[in-house]
Amino acid sequence: MCGIVGLFLKDASLQTELGSMLTDMLVTMSDRGPDSAGIAIYGDQAGSGKNGNTPTDIAKITLQSATPDTDFDGLEAALSKMLASKISLQSRDTHAVLALPRDMIDAARTLLADMRPNIRVMSTGETIEIYKEVGLPRDVAHRFAIPAMTGTHGIGHTRMATESAVTTMGAHPFSTGADQCLVHNGSLSNHNSLRRKLIRDGISFETDNDSEVAAAYLTNQMNRGASLGEALESGLDDLDGFYTFVVGTRDGFGVVRDPIACKPAVMAETDRYVAFGSEYRALVNLPDIDAARVWEPEPATVYFWTH
Amino acid sequence: MQTIDLADQGLRALNETLQSQDSDTNQTEWLVTNPRGSHAIAVGLDAPIDVTIKGSTGYYCGGMNKQASITVDGSAGPGVAENMMSGKIVIEGDASQYAGATGRGGLLVIKGNASSRCGISMKGINIVVHGNIGHMSAFMAQSGTLVVCGDAGDALGDSLYEARLFVRGSVKSLGADCIKKDMRPEHIELLRGLLEEAGSDARPEDFTRYGSARKLYHFDIDNAGAY
Repeated sequence: MCGIVGLFLKDASLQTELGSMLTDMLVTMSDRGPDSAGIAIYGDQAGSGKNGNTPTDIAKITLQSATPDTDFDGLEAALSKMLASKISLQSRDTHAVLALPRDMIDAARTLLADMRPNIRVMSTGETIEIYKEVGLPRDVAHRFAIPAMTGTHGIGHTRMATESAVTTMGAHPFSTGADQCLVHNGSLSNHNSLRRKLIRDGISFETDNDSEVAAAYLTNQMNRGASLGEALESGLDDLDGFYTFVVGTRDGFGVVRDPIACKPAVMAETDRYVAFGSEYRALVNLPDIDAARVWEPEPATVYFWTH
Repeated sequence: MQTIDLADQGLRALNETLQSQDSDTNQTEWLVTNPRGSHAIAVGLDAPIDVTIKGSTGYYCGGMNKQASITVDGSAGPGVAENMMSGKIVIEGDASQYAGATGRGGLLVIKGNASSRCGISMKGINIVVHGNIGHMSAFMAQSGTLVVCGDAGDALGDSLYEARLFVRGSVKSLGADCIKKDMRPEHIELLRGLLEEAGSDARPEDFTRYGSARKLYHFDIDNAGAY
C-alpha cells in the first residue's frame, strides 16, 4: 500500500498552514502504511536576511542521526571552524538543518562523513528540508514539529515496506539532487539493473530501496538538462513496475502514474492550491474542497505545476 | 427519513443499523451524512431500502449489495458496488477503479466517468456509465451488460467471456478476444431498457456492440499468440 499526500500552494496566504495541512492529510493516510513516515517541506530560503549574503548564496543540508545528542553536539562550531565560515545548525529531534554557503555543500558533506560517520544527509538545497523516521505519521510529524512549519509546497509519505528494510533511510521522501524529492507508492521491478546503470553514470546510492532508484533516475535526467516534466516523461519508458510518484523541485510539483495505474491517486485543484492524496479521505479537510476540481490522474500521464 | 451522521456514529454502527433492516422494514428511507471518503459505507445490505450518501465515498461503497437502492451524491472510490448481487447503486459523480467488479446482479449507474477496470470479472451485473471508462474495463467479464455512453480506454473486454458491451463513443483499443459485433433488434431493446432505467437519454441506435470472439475459452496452442 503506502500513502502519499502532497500540497502545492498557489495562494501565499496559506503558506503558514502548510505544515499543519500536510500533517493532517498524512495522518489520515496512516492505515495505508504505518511503519515509517516522512515529509519534505519547501520552506524558507536558507539564510534569508542573514550575514549580508544574498539568499541564493546560502543552502541548507538536512541531517539525520540515530544518536543526535552526540552527533550534533559541537557540530556547528566544528564545521564553522573547518570551513572558515559561519555555519548555523538548528536541531529537531533526530534531524538538524545546517545553513551554509552553497559552494561549501560538498566540502561540508566530506567533512561530515569523516567527522561524524553516523550522520546521514536527508536533503540539500535552497529551501527543501526532509524529516523522516520509523513510526506512525502522527508521531513522526510531532517529533519534528511539522505542523508549525511554513512553506510553498510539501510532500508526505507513510510507508508499508515491500522492497527494502524498515529503516529511517528506507523511509520516503528520497532526495537525490538539490531541492529534489520523490515519494512512491508501488514497487519497481527493474530497479537493480537501473541502479547499476546510474552508478556507472556517477550517481551514488544510500539504500537498496527501489524508490531511491526512481529519484536518482529523475535527478540524472534533470542533470542532463531535462525539465521535471521531461524527466517524468522519460521515466514512463525506463521505469518498469507499479508506481504512483509525487515529486518536488525547488519550484515544481509533479505527479505520474504507471500505465497500469493500480496504485490509487486523487487530485484536487482550486485557485489556492493543488493537492494530491492516495485517497479522497486525505483531502476532505482542505479549504473549499467541495468546490475544488477533483479528479484521478490518468495513467501514463505527466502532471506538473510550477511557481 | 432516518438520518445517520457518519462523523458522529461511526462506520460500524452505520453498517450494523442498515444491515439489520428486514425485508418488510417500514424504515425505507435513509440519509448518510459526512461520509468524507470513508471505506465500506453501506456494504452487505439486504433489504429493499433507499440509502442516500451525501458526499463522496472511499473504497468498496455498497459492496455485496442485495435489494437496496443506494445513491452516492458525490464520487465513489475504488471498488464501488463490488460483488453486488441485486438492487441499484447510482453514483452522481465519478467512480474510481474497478467499479462493479465481480458483480452478480443489479444495476450500477455512474453518472460521471469511471476509471480503469470498470466491470472487471462481472458476472451478471448491469453497469451503465454516462461518461467514459478507463483501460482494461470488462476484463474477463463473464455475463451481464456494460453500457458506456462516452468513450472506452485501452484493452476493452480483454479475455472476455459472455458479457455484452455497448459503447457509444470511441474505443481506444480492444483487448484480446474482444471483437465488434452486429447490433440486432434484441440488443437495441436490451439497451433501451437499461438506458431508461439509468436515466440516460442516449439513443440505443448510436451504440456499437462488442463481445467475445470465443477463441480463448480453452487453451489452444494455435491461439498462443492471442493470450
